Amino acid sequence: MDRIPILKMGDALLITIQVDIHDQIAIALENDLTQKIATTGARGVLIDISSLEIVDSFIGRMLDNIAAVSRMLDAETVVVGMQPAVAITLVELGLGLTGVKTALNVERGMLLIQNRLGALGRDRAHRP
Amino acid sequence: MTVPTGRDDVMSIRTADDVVRVRQEVRSRALEIGLGLVDQTKIVTAASELARNTLDYGGGGEVRIEIVQNGGRRGVRLTFEDNGPGIADIELAMKDGYSSGKGLGLGLSGARRLSNEFSIESTPGVGTRIVIARWT
Repeated sequence: MDRIPILKMGDALLITIQVDIHDQIAIALENDLTQKIATTGARGVLIDISSLEIVDSFIGRMLDNIAAVSRMLDAETVVVGMQPAVAITLVELGLGLTGVKTALNVERGMLLIQNRLGALGRDRAHRP
Repeated sequence: MTVPTGRDDVMSIRTADDVVRVRQEVRSRALEIGLGLVDQTKIVTAASELARNTLDYGGGGEVRIEIVQNGGRRGVRLTFEDNGPGIADIELAMKDGYSSGKGLGLGLSGARRLSNEFSIESTPGVGTRIVIARWT
């Protein structure tokens, strides 16, 4: 069965979705990702969807699920690289992906995660 | 008046792979008639929602893909048909957030918003037929 590779980049994990995803691949991805967050202690998950020509409610639900599960494991999910036509279509479809942070590209997504880590670090430093 | 032009394709929807194939075929027909990128994306996304509904709720079925002409405008028309359990309350099923299964409940209402034309007929115990179109 096809699996989507998960790469480690500093404190974050990077997933690039390039193919049309089926249920089985989506389930495998959720399993693999949660394992990887647990073993690496990653604090962020970047999901690059720049290759996706459409995002339907099935893929939208998968992104929402991944974000929710990752949050439970103390990792923040940022969906990056959404094509403009996909963004327009998603909103009209009624899927705002409100549970998911987004960034224009991987670089800016990484910055979001680093900023969060920086803020967490400052909070900890201020604790008596 | 709307008249079909040229070839039309009937594709069967029995597996998740078929949903992918339907998306690809709708994309290529939308390109063929010169729909812009956003319109292509909308009709392909609507097709994906309806094909998945056909598979998940209709127990499989088929889609007819046609290129149609109305005056100077061309369109892609998609007819999804299944012989599944049908929808007892269409008005309820069309509501955002209504879902009888594992979905987000955006399939029908979302597909309607993404299309220029939308019609649905369903008879409990007989099946469902949904027609959508997107015009240049």
